[in-house]
Amino acid sequence: MTHVPVMLHDPTHEAAPATRARLAAPATLDDKTVALFDIGKSRAGEFLDYLERALHDQDVRTRRFAKPTNAKPATPAILGDIAEHADVVVEGLAD
Amino acid sequence: MGARPRLPAARAPTETEDATPAPHIRFLAFVKDDCETCHLVAPALRFIAAEGGSLAVHWQDDGAFLGAGLATVDDTELEHSFRYGVETVPTLLRLEDGAETGRAEGWSKEDWRALTGLGALGAALPAHRPGCGSRSLEPGVPEALQARFGERRIRARRIETAPYADPVEVCYDRGWTDGLPVVPPTPERVLRMLAGTRRDAGDVIGRIPPALAPCTVEKAAINAVLAGCRPEYLPVVIGALEAALDPGFTLHGVTCSTCFSSPVVVVNGPVAKRIGMNAGINALGQGNRANGTIGRALNLIVRNVGGGRPGEIDRAALGGPGKYTFCFAEDETDPEWEPLSVSRGATPGRSAVTLFAGDGLQGVTDRKARTAEELTRSLAMALQAVGHPKLCEWAPALLVVAPEHYGIYRKAGWGRGRIVAALHEALLRPAEKVAQGAGGVAEGMPRPQRTGEKARDHASQRRAGAEVRRNGPQRRTDVGGDGRNPPLVPKFHPEGLSLVRAGGDAGMYSAVLAGWPGGGAYKESHPVTREIEE
Repeated sequence: MTHVPVMLHDPTHEAAPATRARLAAPATLDDKTVALFDIGKSRAGEFLDYLERALHDQDVRTRRFAKPTNAKPATPAILGDIAEHADVVVEGLAD
Repeated sequence: MGARPRLPAARAPTETEDATPAPHIRFLAFVKDDCETCHLVAPALRFIAAEGGSLAVHWQDDGAFLGAGLATVDDTELEHSFRYGVETVPTLLRLEDGAETGRAEGWSKEDWRALTGLGALGAALPAHRPGCGSRSLEPGVPEALQARFGERRIRARRIETAPYADPVEVCYDRGWTDGLPVVPPTPERVLRMLAGTRRDAGDVIGRIPPALAPCTVEKAAINAVLAGCRPEYLPVVIGALEAALDPGFTLHGVTCSTCFSSPVVVVNGPVAKRIGMNAGINALGQGNRANGTIGRALNLIVRNVGGGRPGEIDRAALGGPGKYTFCFAEDETDPEWEPLSVSRGATPGRSAVTLFAGDGLQGVTDRKARTAEELTRSLAMALQAVGHPKLCEWAPALLVVAPEHYGIYRKAGWGRGRIVAALHEALLRPAEKVAQGAGGVAEGMPRPQRTGEKARDHASQRRAGAEVRRNGPQRRTDVGGDGRNPPLVPKFHPEGLSLVRAGGDAGMYSAVLAGWPGGGAYKESHPVTREIEE
């Protein structure tokens, strides 16, 4: 242990991430479109199919979106497409 | 001899006093007690002071030997020596209006007389005596002086520890470590690290996922310090980082995946030997600084610059020890063996890194094989387990072949291409055997289509094997259908099986490194090879 201050250089990116407040969840799904987003995991489709049937039973409008592969992040184009055409999103994340 | 000087402390540069000599000073001398030639020239210095004009003598350790009658300057901090770029003591500088107009290093009667214009200077001294090295050039000192007195070259934020704080603990507290202690990145160490590359410290290597934050050469160097690298490793770290940032490597996915994988760095070419990397005994284990720290630096960059921290956006269910480090060199001692990098397009003789997103290793012991064919069938059995025995064309693999196993292939005259082709052929599996549900195991491949399938006899299957050797494995849904000669599916994508040689001479072993599946699409995620810019 040293008794004098030591100068260190920051190894991090030094940037504070931009944080944006999450939109409030809608009180109802009436007249809303639910995006069902398949990120490419092997059984995401099963989960989203189930959810889609359940939502349709309640007359909720859905729209399917998918990434071409789960190996890479969603492109801005896909995210923009979802933002343009849906009000809420459910992601099928895991296997 | 005097006491050793107090070397500059590892602290931030301060506003130093004006090191410019007064205008009337015509000569500056730099000496140290620990130098016989400096003792020799002491009378000459007094002569200059008396006859040639004002002289300031800077001593680097102890000025007592100079005696009385000289204007001396305590330069134990070495600031003046640093600012005047003194490499040798004694050094005599001539100034005009404060600017240097000439210098003489060591003792040369002729040079000193020419510099001072004093024809009688050093009459009793020998014609020539070499000097000694300046204390400002002792190991570790130039970087300390640069950090303290030089222009500020490091742009990264400076963090001053509390006086009684242990810097290693500070690094922990700030979340900079992978769980093991790191080397505190002091300015001196970072400058020393940056000397390992010709690239500008401000060059942006790329954006590091998942945060997509820009990583400069300087940030890479700081993390290389943390990892414990030597400066000569830095080009390999940068090369590995550049390879990792190739979109084909999908570093984001590898980092954030629930799987086990992390970057496995394989180094080829002359740099591996030059920096002392291990390709031999325990090559994939501990004990070699370059192997251990290069891989660690890459992972620390992902953590610190990219924000890929476990439990946060790194979602690995189990992780793996490779997330600390996984780096080794290929054994290139056999000139007949095509190095991994060359097989992947690198120029022969050039240093290169290959990045493979891999899990930990699965050892393969075969002590009975004596022929290449036997060994191939044996290794293929082990390779079937990659990802899952019933998943095909799913994840890639890196097969590490140790010398005794390689010796079997070498004796048979098999090179890389033939071994890989034979393994692909041996890995062809009946589709029915690996289909989902087969054998009471739900996991597996989608069941093959029956419609349009044609039966093939054994001869046609042998021809299929020959095609594999020529063209790589292809899915064969057009074969079988009669129950005896079922459709065959390859285990790996045609480029999904890589071979590398490493290991100690004793032991009939190989090792399988299972790869990250990358969504099961090889074109989306695959190994990347990149030549190193040295």
